[in-house]
Amino acid sequence: MNGTAGRNTVTRTVSGFLIPFMQLYALYLIAHGDLGPGGGFQGGAIFAASLILYAIVFGLDRAAEKRYARVAGAAAAAGLGIYGGIGLLCMAYGGNFLQYSSLPFADVKTAHHLGIYGIEIGVGLAVAGAMLFLFMKIAGSDDA
Amino acid sequence: MTQHFPALLVVLPMLAAALLPFSPGPLRRASWAVALVSAMVSMALASVLAFETFSSGQVSYWFGGWAPPRGIEYVIDPLGALMLLLVALITLAVTVYSRQAAPAEVPAERLPYLYAGMLLFSSGLTGMVITGDIFNLYVFIEITSLASYALVAAGRRREALLAGYNYLILGTIAATFILLGIGYLYTATGTLNMADLRERLPQVYQTSTVLTAFAFLMVGLSIKTALFPLHIWLPDAYTHAPSPVSALMAATGTKVGIYAMIRVIFTIFKPEFNLSTVPMTAILALLSCAAIIYGALMAIAQQNIKRMLAYSSVSQIGYIILGAVIANQSGMTGSLLHMINHALMKAALFMCAGFFFMRAGAEKLADLRGLGRRMPLAAAALTAAACSITGIPLTIGFISKWHIALGAVEAGLWPAVVVILAGSGLTAVYFWKLIEPLYFPDHGEAGEAAPRAAAEPATGWAILPAAVLAALGVALGFAAHLPALGAGKAAALLLGKL
Amino acid sequence: MLETIAGKYNYWIYICLMMAGFYAIIAKGNLIKKIIGINIFQSAVFLFYISISKVPGGTAPILFDKAGLYDNPLPHVLILTAIVVSVSTTAVALAMVIRIFKEYGTMEEDRILAARKEGP
Repeated sequence: MNGTAGRNTVTRTVSGFLIPFMQLYALYLIAHGDLGPGGGFQGGAIFAASLILYAIVFGLDRAAEKRYARVAGAAAAAGLGIYGGIGLLCMAYGGNFLQYSSLPFADVKTAHHLGIYGIEIGVGLAVAGAMLFLFMKIAGSDDA
Repeated sequence: MTQHFPALLVVLPMLAAALLPFSPGPLRRASWAVALVSAMVSMALASVLAFETFSSGQVSYWFGGWAPPRGIEYVIDPLGALMLLLVALITLAVTVYSRQAAPAEVPAERLPYLYAGMLLFSSGLTGMVITGDIFNLYVFIEITSLASYALVAAGRRREALLAGYNYLILGTIAATFILLGIGYLYTATGTLNMADLRERLPQVYQTSTVLTAFAFLMVGLSIKTALFPLHIWLPDAYTHAPSPVSALMAATGTKVGIYAMIRVIFTIFKPEFNLSTVPMTAILALLSCAAIIYGALMAIAQQNIKRMLAYSSVSQIGYIILGAVIANQSGMTGSLLHMINHALMKAALFMCAGFFFMRAGAEKLADLRGLGRRMPLAAAALTAAACSITGIPLTIGFISKWHIALGAVEAGLWPAVVVILAGSGLTAVYFWKLIEPLYFPDHGEAGEAAPRAAAEPATGWAILPAAVLAALGVALGFAAHLPALGAGKAAALLLGKL
Repeated sequence: MLETIAGKYNYWIYICLMMAGFYAIIAKGNLIKKIIGINIFQSAVFLFYISISKVPGGTAPILFDKAGLYDNPLPHVLILTAIVVSVSTTAVALAMVIRIFKEYGTMEEDRILAARKEGP
């Protein structure tokens, strides 16, 4: 997409200032999903939004779009793999699917905390990857 | 290990589906093989679970180890096991069929997405069948629906996009109504577990909250099962979707929707609700009789093969729901048998229609002229499947329609008996219109210009799954006591032996 | 009568919002406006769910030392899932509309139907 919005000094400056904070906020949301408002989906969506803002304001050429799409696809697959992997891991340790208490940590509380943390990271990766993938493939430069 | 099969049955195809479009090059080129392996694994898991359910009565699984009613529970009873087998079998058959048929209708670079969508659709249906938590049911309804919107829009003509868009709008309205109904039920009882709802609802049957919940749930589910007059999305969607998608959706999508409706009416709301408060079964009986006649009449008027089969689906869905709401042992058994019959036979019919398109470019009835001699196996499979849906003796369709008619007679609903028999007659009319050009090419008006010359060679074995399904229908008709026994057991459990 | 309106004003607001969204789906001819109508409809349903989770005197359902009574957290969790579903539906719908625009050149429903009548 062409970065026509980026020729405007205001959008360039403001988004250049905002994007790192958006990404930091997204990581904060993913990490605090089990104790407060937030979680994997919200954090992943905000992370993807920051990158989409960059693409809209500063512009991306075709090759960069294809690169982004490939990396985003791999991230989505990795996130889903983490989610399924943790669930199947709990099964391998003798519990039901996603039964964190069967994981071999010191006490049940730590097992739940770390299990949910892993799931949030997986979901965050998957959501951010999927949103970026969709954006790059569908809303990218218009082919004739 | 087998105690984890309910979770694996849903999770494994979903993981395979989600990883397929994003994986590196070599895996994407082998996407059909991955889909086939996943379908075979699902078939094996479903068979083991069905065997266990029929021998021990009920299988239950607690997700995350949390006990119900707080936790999400997966429950499989005989009816659920029947539906699981159906979904797994049809997914396997359609996956084998798509090896040849999908590349004829979908461009090669989009094939991984098609297979991913089909796997996601199938795993969502499995989840719908075995879940015991009503909000989990909504989540799986949405997974299934989203996959099906994308699959319908993958058709080769640009009308497929419009058909997919219309289906999306109607399906989202339906799902939001279902969500509203679930919210009202939660407000009234405080629980989301189906078994717990069954316990707690009778005290609040007469409140307007529960009545509103029931109304929203029924309207939403009626749109999903394409019950007349809310069937508008179905003809366009089935006509313009790629043939494997039509076969999969026609055979399984609406059946599982009817299953959800039966669960809501008979398992969550006990049959007394129907007698004491809302005469839902009477309303549904009226609508399903209208569906039978309307679907059959519209099918007779069609020239496009797949459109005729789509309207035939509308008519047969009317039969299934009529049998279910007659609500005695014979009627419910007939309804479940007709579900099996329609699922197997409609899949076979759509696969045959896609096969005729792939080999001879046939889209309209006139294009079928003379194909009975060039492709004898496909024509035979189509004839057998058509006979079974019409209800000719020696097929399972005869058994199912017999039971439904018997149930109507036992309940004293003579108008329904008339409709059932008249519907069978009309069904014979439009299927004769389908079969006649195959075997009697000189009768009737001349078709358009000769259909396009046969396509690539070595595509012949794509018809095998359809032939197997059609033969299964005839075989089950001969060995009639086996399916009747299983369906009878499931029906008795549903009606609660009240 | 006044009790029915003033005591349950939250339900009235959500129902009006729901019907506004539903009207947009049915009456608007532009494909994108239909999608916006779906979003409004679904957002109203979410707000309805959240409003039934309120417990009088309860605070937000986040673990907090000095809190005595919490709101019901279950509807909040249900709505998180439903919001994800709504976002996915919007994504699929928008992808379809982009492709429809590429094929037909317009997003107005009446012009698309006219183009269909002229033949494929």
